[in-house]
Amino acid sequence: MRATVAEKPQSGGLVLLCLASWAIPGVGHLWLGRRAKGLILLVALPLMFVLGLAIHGRLFPFDRSDLLVGLAALADVGIGLTYFAATMLGYGAGDVRAVTYEYGNAFLIVAGLLNCLVVIDAYDVAMGRK
Amino acid sequence: MQSHIVLLAIFAFFVSLVFAILTKDDAREQLRLGAMLFGGFIVAAFVLGWLMYPIPL
Repeated sequence: MRATVAEKPQSGGLVLLCLASWAIPGVGHLWLGRRAKGLILLVALPLMFVLGLAIHGRLFPFDRSDLLVGLAALADVGIGLTYFAATMLGYGAGDVRAVTYEYGNAFLIVAGLLNCLVVIDAYDVAMGRK
Repeated sequence: MQSHIVLLAIFAFFVSLVFAILTKDDAREQLRLGAMLFGGFIVAAFVLGWLMYPIPL
C-alpha cells in the first residue's frame, strides 16, 4: 500500500545535513540528489572565497568590542571548513593598503552569507518544501 | 587584478549564479534569471556611479 503522507525527515538527519551543507558548500544538495546544483555550488562558493583572499581581503576576528567586525567574522565563518583551512594556513590577514582590500572583504563576507542561504535551501529541499 | 569594473563583474557573476541556482529548478529559467540579475547589477553600478559623480566627497 502506498503511503499517503510524505515521510518526515528525522531531526538528527536534518542537523547532519545542515552541518554538512555548511561545512562544504553544495554537499547538502549533492546528498539530496540535486547533483548539478550541488556541483556548481561546490565550485562557485569556495572559488569566490579564495578570490577574496587572493585580492587581499581580511578574515575578521571575533571582536566583541566592535559589533560590525564581529558580524563580519560571523559572515566569514559561513563558508564552513574553507574558513578554518584558510585561517590555519595563515591566509586572510588582509592588506588595508591594497586597492582591492574592500572588494576582497566583500567577496569573503558575501561568499559566507551565500553559503548560509545554501544551507537554508538544502533544509527546505529536505523538508519537501521545494 | 586591480580593475574595479572587472572585480565588480566577477562579484555580480557569482551572486547572480548562486541566486539563480537556488531560486529556479529549470536550466533555462536559471539562465534567464542569472542573466537578468547580472545585467541588473552592472547597470545599477553604472547608474549609481554616475549619480554619485557630482557629489563631492
